[in-house]
Amino acid sequence: MTLLQVKDLSVSVADNAILKGLNLIVNPGEVHAIMGPNGSGKSTLANVLAGKPDYQVTSGSISLNDSNIEDLEPHERAHAGIFLAFQYPVEVPGVSNMEFLKVSLDCLAKARDEPQPNTGAFLKRVRQIAQTLDLNPEFLKRGVNEGFSGGEKKRNEILQLLLLEPQLAVLDETDSGLDIDALQIVAQGVNSYRNENNGVILITHYQRLLDYIVPDYVHVLADGKIVQSGDKGLAQELEKKGYTWLT
Amino acid sequence: MSHSVNELVGRNADYAAGFVTHTEAETLAPGLDESVIRFISAKKNEPPWLTQWRLQSFEYWQSMQAPKWAHVQFPPLKFDDISYYSAPKSQADGPKSLDEVDPELLRTYEKLGIPLHEQEALAGVVNAKPNVAIDVVFDSVSITTTFKAKLAEAGVIFCPISEAVHSHGDLIKRYLGSVVPQRDNFYAALNSAVFSDGSFVYIPKGVRCPMELSTYFRINERNTGQFERTLIIADEGSHVSYLEGCTAPMRDENQLHAAVVELVAMDDAEIKYSTVQNWYPGDKNGKGGIYNFVTKRGICKHRAKISWTQVETGSAITWKYPSVVLRGDNSVGEFYSVALTNNLQQADTGTKMIHLGKNTKSTIISKGISTGRSQNTYRGLVRMSPTATHARNFTQCDSLLIGDSCGAHTFPYIENSNSTSIVEHEASTSKVSDDQLFACQQRGIDPEKAVSMIVNGFCKDVFRELPMEFAVEAGKLLEVSLEGAVG
Repeated sequence: MTLLQVKDLSVSVADNAILKGLNLIVNPGEVHAIMGPNGSGKSTLANVLAGKPDYQVTSGSISLNDSNIEDLEPHERAHAGIFLAFQYPVEVPGVSNMEFLKVSLDCLAKARDEPQPNTGAFLKRVRQIAQTLDLNPEFLKRGVNEGFSGGEKKRNEILQLLLLEPQLAVLDETDSGLDIDALQIVAQGVNSYRNENNGVILITHYQRLLDYIVPDYVHVLADGKIVQSGDKGLAQELEKKGYTWLT
Repeated sequence: MSHSVNELVGRNADYAAGFVTHTEAETLAPGLDESVIRFISAKKNEPPWLTQWRLQSFEYWQSMQAPKWAHVQFPPLKFDDISYYSAPKSQADGPKSLDEVDPELLRTYEKLGIPLHEQEALAGVVNAKPNVAIDVVFDSVSITTTFKAKLAEAGVIFCPISEAVHSHGDLIKRYLGSVVPQRDNFYAALNSAVFSDGSFVYIPKGVRCPMELSTYFRINERNTGQFERTLIIADEGSHVSYLEGCTAPMRDENQLHAAVVELVAMDDAEIKYSTVQNWYPGDKNGKGGIYNFVTKRGICKHRAKISWTQVETGSAITWKYPSVVLRGDNSVGEFYSVALTNNLQQADTGTKMIHLGKNTKSTIISKGISTGRSQNTYRGLVRMSPTATHARNFTQCDSLLIGDSCGAHTFPYIENSNSTSIVEHEASTSKVSDDQLFACQQRGIDPEKAVSMIVNGFCKDVFRELPMEFAVEAGKLLEVSLEGAVG
């Protein structure tokens, strides 16, 4: 079974065509890196997978585990197993991180007809993950992303990823704005998430991240289409030559 | 397919307390003149001084004008279309015990989740709040007061004000109108003339009231006004926590609720007064609903403390400024407010902190949430008089907008006549953004739950101040009020 199949996808935002017939297949256990110049449509792909309003699918299809998800609302897509680590995580003042995580987990369990997680086990698990990401436990009591540094916000996204254990993780420039230590911590987090049943789409500008999270495939997105695919060698080539030779 | 915040706004909520109780009532014909006042006074068998006091208030009222400065709009009230007295007939002689209370009324309160049977309250059935004594006011009369005996052991007096007029006439005579004078304002004057019932509380010196006191107000009859009057006196060094709740049936016409609440905190006393106001807000097109025009004020003697906490989700129009006169040195006033308006509701609410004594302190935390096509206004006065040396105030005033058809307004008045005092004012306005909503949804949280979570987070500072038993209730009430409206 294919985890994610994107077929001939075209997407417009406010009548501007951004994606123009994009194809992508992600099988369970695979990591796909998506690279490409600014404005090529990388973040649009991430947002349209998660069902963000204002992104108009004009043609093509998206399916997860062989069922079509285009008509699902964002929270229903989350229930189906899609997770998006945001490029710019938003603040939710007054709602503590811990509370947010609990509500999220409870909602996912409810939608999937699974029993609600035991509170004690939940707290323990969250603290444990926070520790692996080098996040102070005090951080869990603060409002979601409220006054967090850029690095903390990104690590918080990975904390959510590790706790919610989605089937497909889409990481939108999670490496941007991270120093080298934070980058390694985040990469370790993503690597510990990986298994043979789930898939990762890594959107990044830099080859550097791929030294730590080794992708199975690297795709170059340019002008709304995938123009080149290869293994991690392609990323190294891009690092040397830039994108111009492909477009 | 996807929700934006705007699409969520404007769905219709269920007002769970909107049912009507069918009980035969004795309701006075609409209209207001001297004879009506004499009728009410006679009905309650009042002493002559009180009848005179009412008549004098009526005289004042006739010479006064309805205030126009509030940021609310409504057609002029026709005071002659309102009935000023209504009581369930079955209660005409006043029930001596719960067994004598009309079963139809008992069922009403059961439906509202208000426990009238002490045993049940103690056993925790019917959503009972265990350690709470309740006075129940239905239209113009008090139906029953629970736990009177237990409170009497501690020397606490908690009874309908109509009863206190007879049993504790001296206290009533001394303090009625002492904090909110008869001609304080148009609606207070009207209330002073026609007030029906309400609660009276007296906490003796040095006593910590052993349980939460609560009054539950319900308007049932059509075209009646409710004019309740509450007086709480905390004698030296005493402590009391009091909560009021209110609901009304859904009706197409507007109903007037003009209450007066007076608090007196003697030296070293503390009064905590909480309100969960859920009067019928009208339908989504703004038809019907309660006009909630209320005067609430407390006075603090030396080292006393008065704390107002309000959660305002109901009423078509709210006009209300619970205030504290900090007369004694080192006294403290607090105001914590959550006001939520939806559909076509209008709220103009806030507080007044009048600093007279030295080293007096006040804190104001106001959270206004507007959604639908509603208008939500904070209006607050902080006055530092020349005698209030080294007085301090801190005000935080936050507005949250949901959708793009509502309004939030802030009118802070600061009058400082003292160079040693410190006044701080912080304000913010924010919006539940589409990005926040999307971020929550992306984590599996449905949009309605997401909005209520965001709003609850916004109100946290105030909910913390509510008595424990009611904090949960307030959160749920907010959720329900948003449901129709927001999400």
